Amino acid sequence: MIAEAGLFALTLALLVALVQASVPMIGAHRGNAAWMEVARPAAIAQFLLIAFSFACLTYAFVTSDFSLLAVVRYSHTAKPMLYKISGVWANHEGSMLLWVLILSVYGAAVAAFGRNLPPSLRARVMGVQAMIAAGFILFILFTSNPFERMLPAPDNGQGLNPLLQDPGLAFHPPFLYMGYVGFSIAFSFAVAALIEGRVDAAWARWVRPWTLVAWIFLTAGIAMGSWWAYYELGWGGWWFWDPVENASFMPWLAGTALLHSAVVVEKRDTLKGWTIFLAIVTFALSLLGTFLVRSGVLTSVHTFATDPARGTFILVLLLVVIGGSLALFAWRGPALASTGVFQPISREGSLLLNNLLLTTAAAAVLLGTLYPLFLDAVGGGKVSVGPPFFNAVFLPLIAPMVAVMAVGPLLTWKRADVGPALTRLWVAFAAALAAVVLAWAVIADGPIFALLGMGLAAWLLVGTVVGFAERVRLFRVPFPETLRRIGRVPRAAWGMTLAHGGLAVAIAGMIGAGAWKVESIQTMKPGDTVAVAGFTFTFEGARQVQGPNYSATRGTFTVARDGRPVVTLHPEKRDYPVERSPTTEAAIHPTFFGDLYVVIGDAQGSDGAFVTRIYFNPLVVWMWGGILVMVAGGMVSLSDRRHRVGAPKPSRAAAGAGAGAPARA
Amino acid sequence: MNRRFLFVLPLVGFAVIASYFAVGLTRDPSALPSVLIDTPAPEFALDPIKGRDRGLSREDLEGEVSLVNIFGSWCFACRVEHPLLMQLKKENAVPIHGIDWREIDPDDGPKWLARFGDPYTLIGDDPVSRAAIAFGVTGAPETFVVDKNGVIRYKHAGVVTGQVWEEILRPLIEELRRQ
Repeated sequence: MIAEAGLFALTLALLVALVQASVPMIGAHRGNAAWMEVARPAAIAQFLLIAFSFACLTYAFVTSDFSLLAVVRYSHTAKPMLYKISGVWANHEGSMLLWVLILSVYGAAVAAFGRNLPPSLRARVMGVQAMIAAGFILFILFTSNPFERMLPAPDNGQGLNPLLQDPGLAFHPPFLYMGYVGFSIAFSFAVAALIEGRVDAAWARWVRPWTLVAWIFLTAGIAMGSWWAYYELGWGGWWFWDPVENASFMPWLAGTALLHSAVVVEKRDTLKGWTIFLAIVTFALSLLGTFLVRSGVLTSVHTFATDPARGTFILVLLLVVIGGSLALFAWRGPALASTGVFQPISREGSLLLNNLLLTTAAAAVLLGTLYPLFLDAVGGGKVSVGPPFFNAVFLPLIAPMVAVMAVGPLLTWKRADVGPALTRLWVAFAAALAAVVLAWAVIADGPIFALLGMGLAAWLLVGTVVGFAERVRLFRVPFPETLRRIGRVPRAAWGMTLAHGGLAVAIAGMIGAGAWKVESIQTMKPGDTVAVAGFTFTFEGARQVQGPNYSATRGTFTVARDGRPVVTLHPEKRDYPVERSPTTEAAIHPTFFGDLYVVIGDAQGSDGAFVTRIYFNPLVVWMWGGILVMVAGGMVSLSDRRHRVGAPKPSRAAAGAGAGAPARA
Repeated sequence: MNRRFLFVLPLVGFAVIASYFAVGLTRDPSALPSVLIDTPAPEFALDPIKGRDRGLSREDLEGEVSLVNIFGSWCFACRVEHPLLMQLKKENAVPIHGIDWREIDPDDGPKWLARFGDPYTLIGDDPVSRAAIAFGVTGAPETFVVDKNGVIRYKHAGVVTGQVWEEILRPLIEELRRQ
């Protein structure tokens, strides 16, 4: 009964979405306020209905209702409660329901917080949102019904892929979807603006916080997925240029570009067409991310739906959403007149350069991800492009971007001199040189690109600090005056400083972990000792332990440095009998300079010997820490009152963007 | 005129990408070219990979039901199915022969096996896709079930999961053994 109620609520939500997609749009076209007003209660109703539907499915999973096909296939009574719940979205049908749930959350948020949007813009934004919702609910109802019954009901379920039974991954999809779907708001604003034929500073001001919210979630979601790959897959790596990772990375790159170009629209009333284009592209890539994972077009560890009927439906959906919006862009876009003019060397210029590099990088990743598909389409057979391609194409695009990132904030709007900015950055340049020398001294070797990369990271970090110091006139005015200025720095500027600084630290971590990883693979008997990166790892033996729904071989390693014990590590190799597949639980001891990472493999012979893999992954903590700081930067920026949805008045926007005014993020 | 062109460009680009998608979608990645089912495995003879004495050839597939698994050290998904293959080897479930496909460096395959374990009875080195083309391989990993007469009976494209093994491969192997 509960399942049928859930399905019924979802069907009702579709009807509400269809109303919301049509009535307010017509109302906005005719200037009928009552019709436009339909959007808000409709969005709330849609949210409540989908939330109810989602709750019904969750209930079925929690109570292990094996008369539902999805529960049978992805759950089991022996599974811990957390994974019964995460089982709801660890499958195709449930994850699509989560997708529309989040879409409706955003829709309801626009209804709740968008009170002082111009009524016609609000009506159109919510109408476009509802069109997307209708498309996806139709998709669920026609091809992916999560409430499908399976009668007679079996006694127990088939479980969930043990690789996915992990706290990091349990919350990875919701975060990722909050990011993907969040970009739908920017998209809806873009389409609404094209229909209205007007993009101004106020528009950009409304779009920015929504884009920022999506960006924060996407950044956190990608980091979580990467973290999961790092400790769960047991290969000591954290990024594999896997199609599914790329699928989440492309909207991140485009969304980051959008975040920056929206600033230019707000401050300088230019780059309008470009910003609209980015909003469309970012959401298109988000849809593609959903599509790549869901259709089985590209086979990968994450791809758990291979069904051409679904793929065809999503393809049509993509065609309508992306093709339609790009056609609208081609038709209405040229009418968007920009008033701001600027020289190539200026804040706008640097932001535009950053945008071009980011989008080119996104295009490169897209090419590498879809290349196998292209080749297949022309009859060339399926191939995997792999990390060498991505590293060769991506890094040369990102390196200049990082170099410019330190300079951009020091440039003034409209027209700037690059000379003074570079002069102020001499400290950063010195720091970069010092970092290269230091890295070379510590490593005494190592690929030249990694050494230069460390220099680049130091350049960005110190450059970002210099940018902040310039803003508060550190050492140029009396210190109390500097303190007073620090107090007045807008939160958006704090956010930018944190995000750029966090990226610098994260880059250092990525280079460290990527270039200077030490790994040692061997067979160890109890009592054997291996030295890795100055640590001695002693294998004390392994024993069998029993988990809630698995049995495991748990090894014990004691780690010492210079004879002093550091830590005892317990890697496990788990076997999940229900799903019949083993997983590797690496034991990780993070330290400031690197992670000690131990994996236990198969037993060798009968004398208690095991294959063991021991890694030293330098600076990994920097990577996660840097990303956390970036996310924190996003949140600080979001708390800026000028970003607060509704707070700013459109008239202030023009006044705030005075030419040559001191830099504002 | 020029400016309008810029605004139309994204639509054109999208049309190109979408048409590729449409073609890609109509090709089911897991569909077996029907000509290969129930036909004898193609004639091939591959050299051994570094560190092994024997390669893999058509004749090796006769006499016993076996799996032929296409893998490569560059292949992400292969690492995912790899633990299951190791498990099958441990249980002596079925001989698994490997075709090490498209290695750029002849050391890559052996290194990969040294690192993650070697579940294969025999391995043939196939850097230039000689056997892979004969088998109609579309991507890695792919797994063929070959009966004792050397006839291909099934092909699975993509990762062999516990479920695929339990529901498809194992029953099929047991049935083929009874024949």
